[in-house]
Amino acid sequence: MTSTELPLRLTAKDFKSDQEVRWCPGCGDYAILAAMQGFLPELGIACENTVFVSGIGCSSRFPYYLSTYGLHSIHGRAPAIATGLSVSRPDLSVWVVTGDGDALSIGGNHLIHALRRNVNLKILLFNNRIYGLTKGQYSPTSELGKVTKSTPAGSADWPFNPISLALGAEASFVARTIDSDRKHLTSVLRAAAEHRGSAFVEIYQNCNIFNDGAFDILKEPETRDAALIRLEHGQPLIFGDKCVVKDPRGFGLRVVPTDTVAASEIIQHDETVTEPAYAFALSRLPEADLSHTPIGVFRNVTRPVYDDMVRDQITAAQTAGPGDLAALLRTGDTWTLS
Amino acid sequence: MTKQLQQLDRVVIRFAGDSGDGMQLTGDRFTSETAQFGNDLSTLPNFPAEIRAPAGTLPGVSSFQVHFASFDILTPGDAPDVLVAMNPAALKANLGDLPPGAEIIVNTDEFSKRALQKVGYAVSPLEDASLAGYSVHPVPLTSLTVRALEGHTISKKDAERAKNMFALGLLSWLYHRPSESTLAFLERKFASRPELVAANIAAFKAGWAFGETTEDFTVQYEVKPAPMPKGDYRNITGNVALAYGLVAAGVRSELPVFLGAYPITPASDILHELSKHKKFGVTTVQAEDEIAAIGLALGASYGGAIGVTTTSGPGVALKGETISLAVALELPLVVVDVQRAGPSTGMPTKTEQADLNMALFGRHGEAPVAVIAPQSPADCFMAALEAVQIAITYRTPVLLLSDGYLANGSEPWLLPDVEALPDLRVSFATAPNTPDGRFLPYQRDPETLARPWAVPGTPGLEHRIGGIEKADGTGDISYDPDNHHHMVVTRQAKIDGIPVPDVAVDDPTGNARVLVLGWGSTYGPIGAACRALRKRGLDVASAHLRNLAPLPANLGDVLAAYDTVIVPEMNMGQLAHVLRARYLVDVVGYNKVRGLPFTSHELEAEVERVLNDQH
Ligand SMILES: Cc1ncc(C[n+]2csc(CCOP(=O)(O)OP(=O)(O)O)c2C)c(N)n1
Ligand code: SF4
Ligand SMILES: [Mg+2]
Repeated sequence: MTSTELPLRLTAKDFKSDQEVRWCPGCGDYAILAAMQGFLPELGIACENTVFVSGIGCSSRFPYYLSTYGLHSIHGRAPAIATGLSVSRPDLSVWVVTGDGDALSIGGNHLIHALRRNVNLKILLFNNRIYGLTKGQYSPTSELGKVTKSTPAGSADWPFNPISLALGAEASFVARTIDSDRKHLTSVLRAAAEHRGSAFVEIYQNCNIFNDGAFDILKEPETRDAALIRLEHGQPLIFGDKCVVKDPRGFGLRVVPTDTVAASEIIQHDETVTEPAYAFALSRLPEADLSHTPIGVFRNVTRPVYDDMVRDQITAAQTAGPGDLAALLRTGDTWTLS
Repeated sequence: MTKQLQQLDRVVIRFAGDSGDGMQLTGDRFTSETAQFGNDLSTLPNFPAEIRAPAGTLPGVSSFQVHFASFDILTPGDAPDVLVAMNPAALKANLGDLPPGAEIIVNTDEFSKRALQKVGYAVSPLEDASLAGYSVHPVPLTSLTVRALEGHTISKKDAERAKNMFALGLLSWLYHRPSESTLAFLERKFASRPELVAANIAAFKAGWAFGETTEDFTVQYEVKPAPMPKGDYRNITGNVALAYGLVAAGVRSELPVFLGAYPITPASDILHELSKHKKFGVTTVQAEDEIAAIGLALGASYGGAIGVTTTSGPGVALKGETISLAVALELPLVVVDVQRAGPSTGMPTKTEQADLNMALFGRHGEAPVAVIAPQSPADCFMAALEAVQIAITYRTPVLLLSDGYLANGSEPWLLPDVEALPDLRVSFATAPNTPDGRFLPYQRDPETLARPWAVPGTPGLEHRIGGIEKADGTGDISYDPDNHHHMVVTRQAKIDGIPVPDVAVDDPTGNARVLVLGWGSTYGPIGAACRALRKRGLDVASAHLRNLAPLPANLGDVLAAYDTVIVPEMNMGQLAHVLRARYLVDVVGYNKVRGLPFTSHELEAEVERVLNDQH
């Protein structure tokens, strides 16, 4: 968004709507909302030029609590609706809020196509690894064997890794963050907002009612340092007493004790690598218990933006002036009866 | 040799051949010549479902029927007076439709033993008595064409290919058609290959000369121009007319048109056509699926564009949830259903009217929408304009029910005066709408019951809307029982309040006791059948519904005024069901789903049967 107007001086309060927030007490969604309300003012985009489009789920209630324009749509379809809005309205900053079921189950098709097209959308996937709104069924990100109301004997579904999926869909910006780390969350939202094209952000979100503690290993002071890999552009991938190196056995990366390798072997994070294989390898590092989970920006590359290309074709067609309707109607053979 | 000139008032010609024989093009050109000559006309193409069925087989037959006359006509004709059959398959596939005495022009070159066997002819029908009841003209079209093109520097294959132009030349001579438009067309079509321009023109002229000289054709026919309103005309198919209507709606509303579509027969041509008109600010997106297509359109409508999605029945089924969302959001949306024979894949290239129930009722919850159905190919233009007008004025989804016949059929179209088209401009909300300076997104216009169209980007009007029930006025989430009832009633009242013209009844004597009521593309055959009956001195009234939701206010009185109401539909009685339920009138259905338009003869016979029962 470029603007010649004076920078807007807005505060978090300006982005709060008058609606009573109705998530369960303790839900991770509150923290994400607070971070968003705190962060939006710094974008300098007026309330009226920001639109949040969501699907259905606890997470998708998000737009009601912001004072921007908001559209709470239907299950899974937010990326499609937001694409129509974004392509036809270049002046708007369009955000999609979705859940793991909304984005990856019923709406999986729209998500991958928005990403491959590189529509100028900021897509925030609140991943609580459960269906919250429908009271606790397993989701496409629930771990294998998950026992829920619909899977009393444990789920037999292999879960999606949302970051791997987004990379496979050729997303140009892919990041992960955590509800409870406001500073990190804000920095990732900022990077997403600055990216032109689709920005995909997976936010680990605690559902304290149906899947409490799903991300505790990444949050508890005793475990997090050994479990979290913080991706920082240009910095070596070192965490706790471990680091990330090339896996000599294959094409991927692996985690080893830092004192077993030379400093030169440690991977330096580069989010701009064009070839998605590197970011994909990063996305495969987490173990089943979420140890070795990278957070931060996996990939941030420039690729032609769908909205621009579609609009450019229209602008190009109109360079010689607008269409002449009467002339259009008489295309081809005509005759006159007099 | 001198030829006899015979006057006719109407003729139906069917060009039939293999998919690769260029029959659609031949038919198109003959149609254009006929239009230039000033006849009224109506066309019906019939494509195979397969893209390239094996050559010479029955599934590979493609045909194009044109009906032209010295008076105004309503249908592409029940049965061909003349069949041009380019091979045995074309003869076999179409013979059953020919009345006794019909003329058949056959390309004898293609009647080889193998070709005959392919379609199950043990003996050539040209050699046994099977064509005795017809007037057969055996013409070696392929070899005559190849001979005529000797000396042209083109391949043998290209020379053989030009046989359709030879046939066109012969038919053009036979029916006294002006040939300038075809010659100009060939110049344009093959502009990059001058040798093909020369060859095709030579083939056309050779066909014409063959007619003049051969003794086989002793009679030449003339069909005088039809008296039609003065003005400029073109020939147009329903799909093109519909696309133009949408472009025109954008121009007249000064709003951008945004089409989200997923390819499906027979609707894809609307997507193709609209994709060409970026100059008019039309955006087209080929979405990943039908659901995305309508989602894109709805998102664009939310942003202030005319959101449109075009599809056929299977696509509408997938779009249902989003249509309901648009009902709840009260945003404009145009959903075009070019109906085809179902259920499921059914017969994708064949026509049907069996999506009326889905259009009226095929959604969850009480989700009323406006439904409109054009009655002829050219009428798709105005129907599209009207659909947009209703959608943007009432902030509602509108379903436009075209069908496979309207989509591909064509007729002459008196070009409208662009300046005289309806003014579709509407205004967006720009300011708060309460005395205390708040904005209520569901505060309705007392006249139309429409809510404000407040597009993102408008300062001070930021609001949140969604599919959850909203309190009327504020638009805040509401689970209040009385509010929900009120909203359901109000959404219905909004649709019911859309002004639609009274249904007009055609009852020339005023003595009719039987009314024939149709909707959509049956307009032509119903009209032709009623005319024929009246010509024979029988009294019958006819009326046609364009607006299916809301229905015209006078419809109940019209139905009550007749002893019997016949409702012909290419479905199992979907409109009839609505009329019975709504008006408690015991209408008589005439229901057939053969994938083809009704013939006027079958309707004439049916109405006559009912008339006789009356006594
Ligand atoms: C068409 C349709 N099918 C099913 C539902 C029921 N439904 C609502 S939300 C939801 C799952 C939500 O899970 P998720 O996207 O993970 O969101 P969360 O509630 O966990 O934030 C389901 C199945 C629906 N609203 N619409
Ligand atoms: S069910 Fe879970 S995700 Fe939904 S509001 Fe409650 S805690 Fe949050
Ligand atoms: Mg979830």
